[in-house]
Amino acid sequence: MANAVTAPVLIEAKNLWKKYGSNVVLERLNIRVTAGEFITMVGTSGCGKSTFLKMLLGMEQPTAGHLLLNGKPIPSEPDQSRGIVFQQYSVFPHLTVLENVVIAREFEHSPLLGKLFGKHKAKYLADASALLESVGLGNALKKYPHELSGGMKQRLAIAQALIRQPQILLLDEPFGALDPGIRADMHQLILKLWREHQLTVFMVTHDLSEGFYLGTRLWVFDKLRRDPHAPEAYGASITYDLPVTRKTDQTPADLKAAEIAL
Amino acid sequence: MLLGIIPFALIVLVYLLASDARLAENATDKLLPSFLQMGETINTYALNASKRTGEYLFWDDTYSSLKRLLLGMGIAALFGFMLGILTGAIPTLHAPLAPLLTVVSLVPPMAILPILFIVFGLDELSKVALIVIGVAPIIARDIQRCAQEIPREQLIKAQTLGASSWQVLVRVYTPQLLPRLINSVRLSLGSGWLFLIAAEAIASTDGLGYRIFLVRRYMSMDVILPYVAWITLLAFLLDWLLANISKKCFAWHYQGAA
Repeated sequence: MANAVTAPVLIEAKNLWKKYGSNVVLERLNIRVTAGEFITMVGTSGCGKSTFLKMLLGMEQPTAGHLLLNGKPIPSEPDQSRGIVFQQYSVFPHLTVLENVVIAREFEHSPLLGKLFGKHKAKYLADASALLESVGLGNALKKYPHELSGGMKQRLAIAQALIRQPQILLLDEPFGALDPGIRADMHQLILKLWREHQLTVFMVTHDLSEGFYLGTRLWVFDKLRRDPHAPEAYGASITYDLPVTRKTDQTPADLKAAEIAL
Repeated sequence: MLLGIIPFALIVLVYLLASDARLAENATDKLLPSFLQMGETINTYALNASKRTGEYLFWDDTYSSLKRLLLGMGIAALFGFMLGILTGAIPTLHAPLAPLLTVVSLVPPMAILPILFIVFGLDELSKVALIVIGVAPIIARDIQRCAQEIPREQLIKAQTLGASSWQVLVRVYTPQLLPRLINSVRLSLGSGWLFLIAAEAIASTDGLGYRIFLVRRYMSMDVILPYVAWITLLAFLLDWLLANISKKCFAWHYQGAA
C-alpha cells in the first residue's frame, strides 16, 4: 500500500453490510481511513450515511463484514474513544456550560456518584474552562443551555465531545439548523479544532459545498444497483470517494457559485 | 390578582345573604350557619382544650391528617420515582414491568381498601398504605413517560463522555426528572387528600376527615364548613410550597427545553 508509510490506517471497513430485516441499507462497503483525515459524507436521505456514522459510533452493529478501529472490531457501545455532535439535543439542559464539560471528568473519576466536589473538582475546572475558551464560550461558563443561541449550543456540544480527547470526532449534520453566517464561523472553528487536536473527523452533511469546503475527502453515498420493483432489495455504498485539496481562499459561497455554474 | 378575588367575594356574599335569610326565619337553623357561629365553634375546637380529654381537637386532627398525608405522599413519591425511572430508563425492565404497572395503576384504590384494613389492621398503616397504593402508580407512570422523553442524543452523548449506565441514571436522568416528580406530586395531591379523607371517614379516631364525618350526624355545618375551608387552605399551601421549591431548585426547567 502506497499510503501505508504516511499514516496508519485508523478505520477500515471490509465488505460491510447493514440490513434491517429485508431492507438492505448498506452493501459491500470497503474503505480505509488514515488518522488525521477529515471525511465528509453526502448523499440523499435514507442512503445510509447516518447509518454508517451510527456504526462508527457503536449505536448500530454491522450485519455482515467487518468494521475495524486500529485493526480491532470497533467497540459495540458508544464510549469515550469517539466523540459525537448531533444536530440538536446533545447538551444537558440541567447543567451550566462549565458543568456540561466537567461532567465528563466526573464520569471518569467518580464511578459511584458521577460527581466531584471541592478541590477534586477544581483540578478539572481550569482544563474545562480553557477548552470552552477555545470554542468561544469563555464568557458563558455559568449560563444554562437554554440561555444560549443555537450556534453557542453547538459550540458547547463540540467542547463536550473533545474533553475526553477522542481520536475520532463524529458530526451528524451539526450545523444543519444554524443560520448561514453562524455556519461560516462554525466551519472555521471546526477546522481549527481538527488541526489543533489532530482529530479524524467523519461528518454527515446534506450541503455539498460544505462537504467540499471542510473535508479532505468526500464520500458520496448512493445505490449502485436499483430494482424498481423492490426499492429495498439493494443497499447503498460509497459511489464516489473524492480526495479534496483544500484551497484556503475558497469559501463555501464560492463553491456554491461553482456548483451553480456547473 | 384583584380580578381573581372578585368571584371569591361574590361566593362569600351569596353565602352571607342566604345564611342571613335562613337564620332570620329560624334562628336555630343548622344548614347555613353565620360566620359568627362558625368562628365560635372553631374557637372552641382550636383554642380550648377538650374538657374530656384535654386535647385541642382542631390541631390534633390537623396533625394526624397531615402526618398521614405527608408520609403517604412521601413514600408514594419515592416508590413512584424509583419505579418510573427504572422502567422508563432501562428497556430490559420496561418490557416485563410496564404492563404490570399499567394494570396496577388502573385498580381502583378505594376498592381494595377493605383488603388493606384486613391486612394492615385499622390503624395508621392502612391509611398510609391506601395513599401509597393509590398515588405511587400514577407517579410511576408519569415519571416513566418523562424518562422516555429524554432525547436519545443526550444518553449517547453521556456514553461518549465515558458514563456508565449507573452514572447516566444518576447524573442525566435523576436531576432532569426531579422537577417532573414535584410536578407529578402536585397533581396527585388531590387524589392523596381524597384517599386520606375516605380512609379516615371509614375507620379512624381522629383526623380532619374523621371529624367531618363524625359531626355530620349532628348536622354540624358550623364544623364541617370551616374544616373544608381549612383542608382546602392546607392543600393550597402544600401546592404553593412545592411549586416554589421546584422553581427555586430547578430554575433551568422553567426556561423552555434546551
